Amino acid sequence: MSFPWAEPYQPKNGLTRWFDERLPLPRLVYGAIGGGYPVPRNLNYFWNFGVLAGLALTVQIVTGIILAMHYVPYGDAAFLSVERIMRDVPQGWLLRYAHANGASFFFMVTYIHIFRGLYYGSYKAPRELVWMLGLVILLLMMATAFMGYVLPWGQMSFWGAKVITGLFGAIPFVGEPVQQWLLGGFAPDQPTLNRFFSLHYLLPFVIAGVIVLHIWALHIPGSSNPTGVEVKSAQDTIPFHPFYTAKDGFGVGVFMLLFALLTFYAPNYLGHADNYIPANPLSTPAHIVPEWYFWPFYAILRAFTVDFILPAKLWGVIAMFAAILLLFFLPWIDRSPVRSGNYRPRFRQFFWILILDLLVLGYVGGQPAEEPFVMISQLATIYYFAHFLIILPILSAVERTLPLPNSISESVLHGEDKEAAPADLSGLRPAAAE
Amino acid sequence: MVRLIAFLVGLGFVVVAGWSLGNGVVAYATQPQEESVEHRFHLSPKHVDFSFNGPFGKYDRQQLQRGFQVFKEVCASCHSLSLVAFRNLEEIGYNEAEVKAISNQWQIEVPSVDPKTGEASTRKGTPADHFPSPYLNEVAARAANNNALPPDLSLITKARHDGPAYVYSLLTGYRNPPADLPADSRPGEGLHYNPYFANLNIAMPPPLTGDGQVTYADGTKPTQDQVAKDISAFLAWTAEPRLENRHRAGLAVVLFLLFATVLSYLAYQNVWHTAKRKVRHTGPLDPENMAKRDAANREAGVNL
Repeated sequence: MSFPWAEPYQPKNGLTRWFDERLPLPRLVYGAIGGGYPVPRNLNYFWNFGVLAGLALTVQIVTGIILAMHYVPYGDAAFLSVERIMRDVPQGWLLRYAHANGASFFFMVTYIHIFRGLYYGSYKAPRELVWMLGLVILLLMMATAFMGYVLPWGQMSFWGAKVITGLFGAIPFVGEPVQQWLLGGFAPDQPTLNRFFSLHYLLPFVIAGVIVLHIWALHIPGSSNPTGVEVKSAQDTIPFHPFYTAKDGFGVGVFMLLFALLTFYAPNYLGHADNYIPANPLSTPAHIVPEWYFWPFYAILRAFTVDFILPAKLWGVIAMFAAILLLFFLPWIDRSPVRSGNYRPRFRQFFWILILDLLVLGYVGGQPAEEPFVMISQLATIYYFAHFLIILPILSAVERTLPLPNSISESVLHGEDKEAAPADLSGLRPAAAE
Repeated sequence: MVRLIAFLVGLGFVVVAGWSLGNGVVAYATQPQEESVEHRFHLSPKHVDFSFNGPFGKYDRQQLQRGFQVFKEVCASCHSLSLVAFRNLEEIGYNEAEVKAISNQWQIEVPSVDPKTGEASTRKGTPADHFPSPYLNEVAARAANNNALPPDLSLITKARHDGPAYVYSLLTGYRNPPADLPADSRPGEGLHYNPYFANLNIAMPPPLTGDGQVTYADGTKPTQDQVAKDISAFLAWTAEPRLENRHRAGLAVVLFLLFATVLSYLAYQNVWHTAKRKVRHTGPLDPENMAKRDAANREAGVNL
């Protein structure tokens, strides 16, 4: 579905017509990301991050497939094969560094993409499924990244696998069998490595599949926009191509630049030195920490230190999973009819406190579990849950929002959005020569 | 309904986390935190300028060769370098014949099989071999070193935070334990005090004994400080042999991306501003009006 004024697909030449009549793939692409997809004219740079996340996944799949040609998922040989890639495979160092830092960039742009959705209320009706499918992608990404980090079979790989699968051991009654089932044994070992490699290769394609659903669901109501006011007429939209393809092109350039700077000049900055030590089940690292993109959740996990009806460890595990799962209910927790944070002054203040809170959680999650970091993580955990489960339900019932513009084009006319295309752009045709 | 449930669940998490926090605060207030000995005496690595630091950094081949000499004459008797092959030495400036000679005359032979009897044996190294380990296995290594295992050095500068500076600091950091070091943290039998080592007491005896321990062929003065720097640089190379390719490729990629990003920005502005221009051109500049005017001119026979 699309808006009635969406440009219908017209084959440009005989070949595309021949192809389109037999397999309407050109038509599908044109309607999905071409001139046939009308998009609100006022999208700002935060709307670039969906495309960037897709690019990051592509980088991961391409580098990953080539790495898999040289990687050996077998005990100590796993570590050696990674070093062989770094030393003897032509440009192998580039592939591995790009893959390792690509994971970080994937999470970075995905988190910004999610914050965009949180601020502009993109999760609200009629886009609840877009939001929930996005969360499914996030969960799959986390599983994929975790298993990928185990593959080099360094110290942090081994002990990370042990700690994270150990979380399942906290579940009453079935915990221990579940943990052994996941690991294929009592501790991370050869069976763990093999199954993690298999799943690490599979899950990115599952992610790609869910992304198709995510985009499909998005195309039913169409993209949201910074005003949160739905598209009302052709005046409010411009075709995705060439306008947003051009804007995304610039976004891709900036993304690739930052990615290249990190990959070529600080490739181990986000990594952990201990993972250059081969896995040793007999020697526990001083501080076991996951990669940075898990730090906020790791902080929540470790914030529960006191048994309270349930054991503290189980509370931590429940809270860590709840921290993400509660987001699935966000469309129904926040019932404010106004989507965009631009028109919700009170919500906006809490939103920025939440961002600060997540940064604090991220920081303490990377620190050793000692005071004062534990107390800070407890405070930050309290705010995290309070924000979504206590503040938002009350706020959305009582807050006074600002008056909304009547339409996107009206808000553009009033100059509220400097980045937007001008309002009077009806019947866009190729620009006349001057 | 959802909001009510959310509220109650949220209250639950807040209460439990708050309970943990309360307990933590009480414990923190009543039991003053004692600073651990490691925390008090441990030192961060010294700052060292290496030629390979920074985005344009390159290895100093002469320094790497000196470092290799230090490895050969000092470190190799206890430490393995299993990820590096003799042939890799060509990358730090040795020629083929020299590499062949080095591998052939290496102090430790390569494990092999006797071609006549099939029994375990050793043979002379070849350029294709990796540096052989000084010990048969971990048990032998521990037996010879007071139950401590000398780590493989191939990746040591990447397996430690701030690696090259750490190795340099560690090698030059041996000293007598300070007087106020608690008795139970003093180096025990076979241990040596070194504040750059994570738990302060290291099993490795000071490997650099003083100036002039090695004799450099290139005339560099072999002070203890110089020797420590050279071996650190060599071990930086063994851990990251493709650093120069990385820096070179990075420069090309970043320059290309800068150019491409500027172009894509201009393309973006062009696409959006053509649209804007088209809108502004109403009246005489409107393409339709211009077309009408041209047609009228042609009809009137005006030659433009």
